[in-house]
Amino acid sequence: MGEWIVLVLGAAFALLGGLGVILLRHPVHAALMLVQSLFGVAMLFVAQQAHFLAAVQVIVYAGAVVVLFLFVIMLIGVDRAEDIRVEPLKGQRPLALFVAALGLVELIAIVAMQNDFGGVLPKTFEGTNVEQVSAMVFSDYLYAFEITSILLVVAVVGAVVLARRAPRHIDQTVDQQIDGAP
Amino acid sequence: MHLVAVANPNPKAYLFVAMALFVLGAVGLLSRRNVIVMFMCVELMLNAANLTFVTFARMMGDIRGQAIVFFTMVVAAAEVVVGLGIIVSIYRRRKAVTAEEASLLKG
Amino acid sequence: MIDLVWLIPALPLFGFCVLLLVGKRIGEPLSGYFATAMTGGSFLFALGVFADLVSRNGEKRSVTKVLFDWISVGQLDVKASALVDPLSITMVLFVTGIGTLIHLYAVGYMHGDPRFSQFFTYLNLFIFSMLMLVLGDNFVLMFLGWEGVGACSYLLISFWFEKDSAATAGKKAFVTNRVGDFGLMIGMFLLFNATGALTYNGVFAVAGNGGITRNTATAAALMLFVGACGKSAQLPLYVWLPDAMEGPTPVSALIHAATMVTAGVYLMMRVAPVLEVADPVVFTVIAWVGGLTALFAATIAVAQDDIKRILAYSTISQLGYMFLAIGMHANAAAAFHMITHAFFKALMFLGAGSVIHGMHHEQNVKLMGNIRKWMPITFATYLLGWLAIAGIPPFSGFWSKDEILLSAYEGSVGGAKVLWVVGLLTALLTAYYMSRQVFLVFFGKERFLHSTTGGIVPIHGDSHDGNHAPVTPHESPWQMVLPLVVLAGLSLTGGVMNLPFSKSLERLARWLEPSVGSHEFASTGSTKVVLALIAVACGIVGIGLAYRLWLGRPLEANASLEPPLLQRAYGVDSLYSSVIEKPGRKLADLVADVFDGKLIEGVVNGSGSIVKLVGGNVRKLQSGFVRNYALMIAAGTVALLAYALLRAAA
Repeated sequence: MGEWIVLVLGAAFALLGGLGVILLRHPVHAALMLVQSLFGVAMLFVAQQAHFLAAVQVIVYAGAVVVLFLFVIMLIGVDRAEDIRVEPLKGQRPLALFVAALGLVELIAIVAMQNDFGGVLPKTFEGTNVEQVSAMVFSDYLYAFEITSILLVVAVVGAVVLARRAPRHIDQTVDQQIDGAP
Repeated sequence: MHLVAVANPNPKAYLFVAMALFVLGAVGLLSRRNVIVMFMCVELMLNAANLTFVTFARMMGDIRGQAIVFFTMVVAAAEVVVGLGIIVSIYRRRKAVTAEEASLLKG
Repeated sequence: MIDLVWLIPALPLFGFCVLLLVGKRIGEPLSGYFATAMTGGSFLFALGVFADLVSRNGEKRSVTKVLFDWISVGQLDVKASALVDPLSITMVLFVTGIGTLIHLYAVGYMHGDPRFSQFFTYLNLFIFSMLMLVLGDNFVLMFLGWEGVGACSYLLISFWFEKDSAATAGKKAFVTNRVGDFGLMIGMFLLFNATGALTYNGVFAVAGNGGITRNTATAAALMLFVGACGKSAQLPLYVWLPDAMEGPTPVSALIHAATMVTAGVYLMMRVAPVLEVADPVVFTVIAWVGGLTALFAATIAVAQDDIKRILAYSTISQLGYMFLAIGMHANAAAAFHMITHAFFKALMFLGAGSVIHGMHHEQNVKLMGNIRKWMPITFATYLLGWLAIAGIPPFSGFWSKDEILLSAYEGSVGGAKVLWVVGLLTALLTAYYMSRQVFLVFFGKERFLHSTTGGIVPIHGDSHDGNHAPVTPHESPWQMVLPLVVLAGLSLTGGVMNLPFSKSLERLARWLEPSVGSHEFASTGSTKVVLALIAVACGIVGIGLAYRLWLGRPLEANASLEPPLLQRAYGVDSLYSSVIEKPGRKLADLVADVFDGKLIEGVVNGSGSIVKLVGGNVRKLQSGFVRNYALMIAAGTVALLAYALLRAAA
């Protein structure tokens, strides 16, 4: 019973938030709706006993990523509300809707048809969900874990490089400056 | 109030939610012109995928599905960082932020 | 010795290869002597093989010597092998013998020509091809030689290709031959289809057992005869031979008198077993074509002015005699005449060449006269050839021509007696026009020195030093005179090969019998004598007529005897041109303009346009807009999902 309630609520949050993201004109409003959607997903994580991930979702995604989005929106586009009625590319919107609908139908069909999703023998770990996940990450996937730290460093460096202001042009070399030549 | 005992929902329900979320994200990605909103739609799609992973982890009783989500989130974060950096630098040059501007690859 | 038979064609082939590579460096006259030596060596080996063959008896006189396996595909098995039997060795003997003499002659005749060694390269190649033709033991080798001599004929006729007329003549020869070759090939195909074999022995064995139906044999025989008509210049495929006189005279002597044109005669004699099982109408056709050609060509020859053209038409006429004999089942008589004709015709061509050489390339008989004073040896030898062809005993031509006329008189072919009369008429005309030629060239007034007397234009031939002053003729060098003498001797004595007086004297007929069959003459001795006398009388009448008309009177008086119709050879060339060439040209233009220009070009250009069209439309996919690309990615993904779904549902 409890699970049903959480499922319905979480699904409502997530889907309505998603709708909001794609329909609202103002980017800031869209970002806020994104937060709602992410929160809904977190609720669904909890319903599935993935407590650790739910927490990480809220902290990292809703907390950091969306804030980052908001920073950038504020920085560069806050007064530009996109004119959502206009679509300069011909046929894009109807086609997109059609393709998406088709895709949805197919996905539903695929899942509905399947009854046996298989499964391997679970590697059980003792303890709470946090303990389970961390045990997995720090034993089988330790290598991947270390690589992700490098990945984050790379991402930061990349961001810094991208956001740097262009270097000032030096019209004279050092020697020219000393000589006072033009 | 004594709650009526009903059977737990079929885990497939979560899959359907994830699919709907994914399709919403796809529609938004294809329809919106503001790049930041497009990016947010991408995030939606990622989340849908994460949800699918967790559902399968639960259905198959394998905790590795959740481990994958963990790493996915890390990568998504890094990707957002770099992507927004690109958007900012484009904005600096062109003072505009819609997707039609970048059409130099027109054949 | 028979084992060395392969050396006979190998020597000229070797000569060809050597001359091809280093001929220009060897230069004149060494390349000429080398080529002569190669052909002479062939002749010596041929003599050796001949001696060996003579020493054998009966059945053993037909020997097959396999050189190597050539084509071996499924049912088709063709070996490169030689058939040494009386017929082939006889052909080989006179081809190489006369060939050697002509090679020697050419050393003198082609003196000073800038492409001297190239000439001998071609000549050796020709000898090789001709030897392959007669020595091959299967139709394929024979055909190879057949085509080879055709190709060499083309090369040699258009040797002086700087002259348009020579180049055209070469093409004409080749194309006309091709028409005949078409018939030859069809005949070969029919025989192979019926017998599954291509060797002579194989085909003839099946024919002898009745394995070839009468209709097939008739069709094959007629088709082969078409080929023979092309190569041996019979009606209607004779038109190339007169024009072929554009080639140097040694070529005319060798190819168009003695050897290549006899290939058709050889072919018909060789396939005698097939002719025997065919409908007798084949013989009628052969005899009538031969007879009519003989008469037809003789009538044209009486009005020609070019010394070589007269001889060319004469060749066509004499070949007609040979086919007439074959049509009357008298193969030995045809062979006999072939050999004697080779002697005296080659002699006369070489003699004509000697005259042309001495007259500094003047060829119009009306501008010669009294040459006997300036070129006595040429005159003496030419005289012997003339008498031989006129059918005057005891020269060789008399014996052979008489035997043919006898076979016509006795023949059982439809209208044989008519053909006998045709033959007599032709003999008369032959004697007449040859005498006309002799009298105009060697007797009478010297028309080349006088200036504008009675409408005769003074000589304008080129002298050796380039100036155009009137020149005096001179006798030719020894390389040219020696062959003349040898051939004259043969023309005089050649008759002994086949004297009709008794069985033992008919050496040639008995010798050739295993190859070509035998023919019994039914007439008694006295009938033969009477017929012979009639033939001789025709000859004498012809000579006398020519004497009266051409030695006794000034030239212009005879203008009515040379009507333009005959001078233009009945206008056959123009007829062919308007009936065959013009429609053919129209067809070619049609194909070029409509079929090629519109259809093929249309397809090619059309495919280009289609590519442009498709490309232009596909280009629109590259809109440059990222969102369009994203849409396409999404659509692709959906399609893949659909595929997976369908697979899962199935």
